[in-house]
Amino acid sequence: MSNEASASRGRALVVLVPYLWLLFFFLVPFLIVFKISLSDDVLAQPPYAPVLDLSAGWDGIREFVAALDFENYAFVLGDSLYVQSYLQSLGIAAFSTLILILIGFPIAYGMARSPRSWRPLLLMLVILPFWTSFLIRVYAWMGILAREGLVNQVLVGTGILSQPVEILATNSAVVLGIVYSYLPFMVLPLYAALDRLDESLLEAAADLGAPPWKSFWLITFPLAMPGLIAGSLLCFIPAVGEFVIPDLLGGSDTLMIGRTLWTEFFSNRSWSIASVIAVFLLIVLVVPMVLYQNLQARSLEAGK
Amino acid sequence: MRKGLSLFNVTSLVLGFAFLYLPILILVIYSFNDSRLVAVWGGFSTRWYAALWQNQPLLDAAWVTLRVAFVSATVATVLGTLAAVSLVRFGRFRGRTLFSGMIYAPLVMPEVILGLSLLLLFVAVDLDRGFWTVTLAHVTFTMCFVAVVVQSRLVTFDRSLEEAAMDLGAPPLRTFLTVTLPIIFPAVAAGWMLAFTLSLDDLVIASFTTGPGATTLPMRIYSQVRLGVTPEINAVSTIFIAVVTLIVIAASFAMKRQFVADCTRPA
Amino acid sequence: MNVALDREQKPANGTRQEFAPWKDPSQRPLVRFEGVTKRFGEVTAVDGLSLGIYEREFFALLGPSGCGKTTLMRMLAGFEEPTKGRVLLGEQDLAGVPPYRRPVNMMFQSYALFPHMSVRDNVAFGLKQDRLPKSEIAARVAEVLRLVKLSGFERRKPDQLSGGQRQRVALARSLVKRPKVLLLDEPLAALDKKLREETQFELMELQSSLGMTFMMVTHDQEEAMAVADRIAVMNHGCIVQMGTPAEIYEQPATRYVADFIGDVNLIEAKVTARDGRNVVMQSGIIAAPLRAASDAEVAVGADVALALRPEKVKITVRKPADATENFTRGTVAGIAYLGDFSIFQVRLESGQVFKAARPNVTRFTDQPITWDDRVFLSWSPEAGVVLTQ
Repeated sequence: MSNEASASRGRALVVLVPYLWLLFFFLVPFLIVFKISLSDDVLAQPPYAPVLDLSAGWDGIREFVAALDFENYAFVLGDSLYVQSYLQSLGIAAFSTLILILIGFPIAYGMARSPRSWRPLLLMLVILPFWTSFLIRVYAWMGILAREGLVNQVLVGTGILSQPVEILATNSAVVLGIVYSYLPFMVLPLYAALDRLDESLLEAAADLGAPPWKSFWLITFPLAMPGLIAGSLLCFIPAVGEFVIPDLLGGSDTLMIGRTLWTEFFSNRSWSIASVIAVFLLIVLVVPMVLYQNLQARSLEAGK
Repeated sequence: MRKGLSLFNVTSLVLGFAFLYLPILILVIYSFNDSRLVAVWGGFSTRWYAALWQNQPLLDAAWVTLRVAFVSATVATVLGTLAAVSLVRFGRFRGRTLFSGMIYAPLVMPEVILGLSLLLLFVAVDLDRGFWTVTLAHVTFTMCFVAVVVQSRLVTFDRSLEEAAMDLGAPPLRTFLTVTLPIIFPAVAAGWMLAFTLSLDDLVIASFTTGPGATTLPMRIYSQVRLGVTPEINAVSTIFIAVVTLIVIAASFAMKRQFVADCTRPA
Repeated sequence: MNVALDREQKPANGTRQEFAPWKDPSQRPLVRFEGVTKRFGEVTAVDGLSLGIYEREFFALLGPSGCGKTTLMRMLAGFEEPTKGRVLLGEQDLAGVPPYRRPVNMMFQSYALFPHMSVRDNVAFGLKQDRLPKSEIAARVAEVLRLVKLSGFERRKPDQLSGGQRQRVALARSLVKRPKVLLLDEPLAALDKKLREETQFELMELQSSLGMTFMMVTHDQEEAMAVADRIAVMNHGCIVQMGTPAEIYEQPATRYVADFIGDVNLIEAKVTARDGRNVVMQSGIIAAPLRAASDAEVAVGADVALALRPEKVKITVRKPADATENFTRGTVAGIAYLGDFSIFQVRLESGQVFKAARPNVTRFTDQPITWDDRVFLSWSPEAGVVLTQ
């Protein structure tokens, strides 16, 4: 019986260590973000007020709660800069995701149709960029897209353009950066879905009289749908809050919410406004995130 | 899927991989450019690599980054593996939904939110910011990647192997160490490497949570990059890419196919 | 079908016939399930079941998938705890004893060989858990590998072995700790037919030469009948019938058992009279009165079924002489030539299809029966079993 007790103690330990870690380092911080979004900025250390003073007992808590308000929310909603940032982030992320689907699907499809012996290598080639630095890969495009960069050199050199065009520091460059950086996240789930597809399904469709394009549209595409949705969410959600790409490839008029949050925090030193932006961003993303989690849980069940 | 590549398939593969690799290739080539001007090819030179050894702040940053990555990846691998075991093996327990939510959310959560919230936590508990706060932050978001990688391996793990070990007299912990862990090892290793490279790579979370004396390599690169493209940064990047590529290739050779499969799991 | 016939051809095993501790009231079972119930949420896998298994017995739990037989075995191994009731080994109540402290070992259906360990390390695993001295481990591993004829394969990894070899490693691994009871979960299911038959005999030999207690779970009635001393037929978490293979085959207790074990013709009928040891019945599908020997208590007027094994039904072209009972006529609708036997499917005038088996004693039959032939089917009063349930 002591064995049972020690076994269940062991189990509790296995769950509790990561559980408490995530509670403390993941969940509690969000509550703090929410609290600070209700506070005011002050010139002090820490740069927000009120600060909870538990030594003052109940009165301290009451005073603390009384000093919290939603005026920062009103400020953010009232300023078109922030609203535009949200809208532009969603727009750029959605457009990039669409391009990612258009580019990612043919690649994943080609991988899934390639000979079995090639596939591990192709898979490795898709994964490798995903392991190498994100920052460096975005940086690589800075040199290519610059006014005197490779793209302009080629275009002018071949006579297609009479003079270099501005590509860097535009929204197009941001979309290109997102597409480039997130491509592995789109290809991998799509490939996984297509790879699972039973070859005999297509043979059956052909046997029943469907020409190839029709069996693609009626069989392959619907069965790849879960991978398509997973890939889209995997790209769309982080792209909305992206900071590095709009900062390095975007122009001064590229208002993306991650960058706005960064500026509020590091340049304007307004912790409370940065927190409000984070809370709104979370609210915007909560639906796709829940969708993504359900999809993950289901695909894990299917793997059993 | 039916075998046999059509012209369309070949074209999309070639263009796709060219798109993925050409920018990196160009970056590597220009790291050997003798000219300081990015646009002009001034002949082959390794002088920017030589210059790196003189750049003490950069070397310091690289050293900090490696230490953070090593410590955080190791802790994250332990925590992530425990989390994966809890999710797959313990069935339904109270708070499981919240737990799995906390595992999946950081995978897609924008980094600015993670960075800001962790910083505010460290301020609230009055922790001195520096090496350890960055490490704690990195453990938190990378352990979720480890958990997902290990979890998907455990799901396909034949449960009867563990039952057989227990049936033959091995208590749960010994069963885990002698049977489960050796079999899922490629996934755990893939998880560690993923955590390691994610930590090496991170700019945003580190920028929020770091403090004086703990500037990481991505932060250093970022501050130089904002001023423009320089061959020196190309050289650092090339070394970075080469090291990661070598490690990943070596690991995939050592652990064969299973490793490649495990590496793709987070997506 | 084949089972039954195989069984009849098989020379009676003298030593086995004498082994019947369940008939001896002074014997105590080694393993006892007492009123055991196991529920998984809403589903009741095992329902108030009691059962005793004796030392040195080869006991088989037989039933379709989902009948609770595997759950029952897993409760003895310690992977499941009963919701109600007790599981005892000797005089020890096993409640709360974890699997790694129970002196029973299990051979898994999937074999569950550790893929990262050699054959030797797989077999030695259990002994190492008991911290036996190295020399003893080596000796016992070598001995058990010799027993399963795998000497020389010590260094192989499981994926370098054939299916049959893997099966024997799994067997060796569970035998080497000399468990009080060896649990076999569908031990032969993954083997092909020929290998399965060979292995059945090896298992029986091993069991009787080692004098161990075996408990086997199987859905394959042929396998159960070939190897077991006693069989418990399970359905919906309960034991429907328990007995020796011959008892179960020749005296099925219910329609379910008669139908599940082997091939059977079931004739629904009404009892019209009791005539000494015999029961006389009338069926809607056969014109002639039916007569069968039965010790069962059946009242006149009761609804019963007469179970007739195909090999006990005679098929003839001419009407059997002086036949007034236990016969019917029909047309041959199908013939399955099985080599040793042929199975005739005969459509009766009532439309029902009857099966009759005929051994192919000679290579050529002078009077072959073929499709669409009008034939007579007949059987003796001793051939059929009267089933009331």
